[in-house]
Amino acid sequence: MSRNETYVKAVGRALADAMRADERVFVIGEDVAEGGPYTTTAGLSEEFGRERVRNTPISEAAITGVAIGAAQSGMRPVLEIMYIDFLTLALDQLVNAAAKAHAMSGGQLTVPLVLRTQGGAGQRGGAQHSQSLESWLTHVPGLKVVMPSGAADAAGLMAAAILDPGPVVFVEHKALYFRREDVPETIEPIELGRARTVRTGDDVTIVATSRMVGEALAAAQELAEEGIEAEVIDPRTLVPFDLDTIVASVRRTNRLVVAHEAVVHGGFGAEVVAAVQEAAFDDLDAPIGRVGAPFAPIPFSPPLEDAYLPGRQQLVDAVRRLSVGSPSLRLPYIGAGLTSA
Amino acid sequence: MSSKPDLTWMYTQMVRIREFEERVKRTFTDHPGVIRGHTHLADGVEASIVGSVSTLREGDQVLATYRCHGYPLAMGTSADAMMAEIYGKATGLCKGIGGSMHLTDPANGFLGTSGIVGQGIPHAAGAAWAAQIRGNQDVVLSFFGDGASKQGSFHETLNVASLWKLPIVFVMENNGYNVVTQSFQEDANAAAGQDLSIKATGYAMPGVTIDGGDPVAVHEAVGAAVQRARDGEGPTLVESKVYRLSAHGNLIAPPGVPLHYPEHEAIEVFGDTEQYAAALRGDPVPRMRGRVVSEGVLTSDEAERIAQEARDEMQAAVQFGLDSPYPELDEALAYVHAS
Repeated sequence: MSRNETYVKAVGRALADAMRADERVFVIGEDVAEGGPYTTTAGLSEEFGRERVRNTPISEAAITGVAIGAAQSGMRPVLEIMYIDFLTLALDQLVNAAAKAHAMSGGQLTVPLVLRTQGGAGQRGGAQHSQSLESWLTHVPGLKVVMPSGAADAAGLMAAAILDPGPVVFVEHKALYFRREDVPETIEPIELGRARTVRTGDDVTIVATSRMVGEALAAAQELAEEGIEAEVIDPRTLVPFDLDTIVASVRRTNRLVVAHEAVVHGGFGAEVVAAVQEAAFDDLDAPIGRVGAPFAPIPFSPPLEDAYLPGRQQLVDAVRRLSVGSPSLRLPYIGAGLTSA
Repeated sequence: MSSKPDLTWMYTQMVRIREFEERVKRTFTDHPGVIRGHTHLADGVEASIVGSVSTLREGDQVLATYRCHGYPLAMGTSADAMMAEIYGKATGLCKGIGGSMHLTDPANGFLGTSGIVGQGIPHAAGAAWAAQIRGNQDVVLSFFGDGASKQGSFHETLNVASLWKLPIVFVMENNGYNVVTQSFQEDANAAAGQDLSIKATGYAMPGVTIDGGDPVAVHEAVGAAVQRARDGEGPTLVESKVYRLSAHGNLIAPPGVPLHYPEHEAIEVFGDTEQYAAALRGDPVPRMRGRVVSEGVLTSDEAERIAQEARDEMQAAVQFGLDSPYPELDEALAYVHAS
C-alpha cells in the first residue's frame, strides 16, 4: 500500500508517526506550529499541541543549544532550522557541542537530535536563501548527514534519523518539496548509510545527491538515446557514506561522474572522487568528472540563476566528455553552467 | 543536601575543591609532563560553587564551563576519576577523551561543560525544558562567567528561558576578568558602574548580585531562585561576585613551554598587587574555616581533621591518576557515533 504524496507531506507524515510512537519526540523551530514556510510541519500542532510542536524566537544558536540540552536529557527533539543558510548562526552548537558530546564524555552523553533544514536554489531566493552547504557538515566527525532526493526516501530516512541515537542533519531540498511520489502507507525506516541504485547501466556511473538525482535520471534518458547507458546512484546519506556500492558500480562501468548542486570547489564530490580513485584507480578508463555549481554566490536574476544551476545538460556534457576517445586532462567542470547558458 | 545550609558539609566541600585544585596546580611541578593542554582552576570560587550546589536535590542538574573541577566534586563525583581524566588516563571520568575542560558525570547530575565561552547556556535551558516536560519540579543550574554574558547565546537563551518559564537558575560567576581584560573594559554595564545582574531586566526576570565568597549568602540567594524555578515561576539571573586566585588557565603546549601567567593577571599584567592582596585577605576557604570554628559548628581540631582528610583524598587521587594507564589507542575512534 502506498499513497501518492509530496515530499513535504511525506516528511510531515514521518514526523507525525514518530511523535505518535514516542512521546519523547518534539518538534521545535521558528513558526513550526504554523507549519513553517513550506508547510512541512503543518497539522502537527493541531494533533500534538503547541507544547510538543513549539515555536521559538529567531535565535538559531539558542534553539539549537536548547535542542542539544534536551536531547542530552532524554528528549528526542526534531529541530527545524528554516534555511540551511541560517545554520551558520548555529554552527558552534552543532559542530562544537552536538557532534562532540558523545566523544568528549567518553560515551556517557548521547544527543539524539534531528536537525531538519532545507537548502538548494532555483526559486529566486538569492545568495542567502539558496545555498547547498552540506559539505561543511560532512567534515565534522560525529554528525550524520542525510540528503533525501524524493518523497519516499525522505519519509523513510526521517524515520531512521529520529531513531538514531546521535545527531543527524537532515537536508531537504526546497525545489523538491511539492514533487509527488509513491510513498509507502506504513513508513519503514531506511537504514542510514545505504545508497540506492536508482537506474542501472553499464557505460558510466553517475553519483548524484538530492535534486541532482532527478537531473541525472533525465540525463541518463537523453544519453540512452545515444546508446550510452548510465547507472545512477543516490548515496542518500553522505555520512555514513556507502562507498562500496559506488565502487562496485565503477568496477563495472569504468567511468564516473559525481554531481551535486553545491559549488564544485570543496564540495562533497571531491571526497567521492578521492575515495573512488583510491579504491578503484585501475578500473577507471577516464578521469572522474565533477558536476556542480560555479564558484560564485548564487545570483538572483532569473536568467542568471538558471544558467548558474547545474542540471541535466551539464551532466550529459560531462558524460560525453568521459565517453569520447582518450581520457582527457581537462580541468573539472567549473563554471560551464554559465558559459553554456 | 538539605534546604538549610549545612555548614560542615559546605566547609568540607570547599576544602576538598581547594585541595583538588592545589594538587592539579602542583602536578605541573611535582610531575612535569603529566598534564598537557589546558586547565582552569576554581580556587577562590569554592564558596560560590558549594553554596549553589547545596540547594539541589536528586533529579536536579548542573551544567558549567571549562572551569569545571569544583561542581562535580561537590556533587559526588569521584576525585580519582576526575584527576585521572585531567591526566588523560583510561580510568578517567570520560575515559581520557574529555580532559580538564570537559568533565561530565550525568549519573551524578553533572550534565557537562563546554570549552566555548557561553556555549553551554542554551544546553542548560534545554535540560530545563526536558525537566519542565518531566514535570517533577526538577531544576537546572547553569554556571558561566561574566565574560559569557557578552555572547549571543547568553542573551538568546535568557529570552527563551524567561518566555518559556523554564526551571533554571543562571549563575554568573563574575571574577572580574575575561582572561586578561577586566570587566569594566568590555562590559557596558560594568563600565557604567552597574551590577551585571541588571542584564536580567532586559529579559523580564529577577536579577540579584551577591557576595560569592560567602557560601551561606550564595545558598540563600540561589536557593530562593531554585525555589522560584521549582514553583514554575521561571528563571533568575544570579551574579555571584568571586575572585579566582589563580591565573585564567594553564596551557602546557608544546612540551615544556608554559603559556600561562604564573601569578594572577592582576599582578602579571596590571601590576595591581593590592587588588590581589585584598582578594587573598577575603579568601573564602579560610573565611569559612574561621566561621565554622567561631560559630561552634566545628572545633579547631575537627576542622583540621576535615582538611587533612581532603589532603589525603586528593593525594590518593593524584596517585590513582599517576598509576593509571593511558587509554588503548583505538579508544580515539570509539565514541564518534552513539550506538
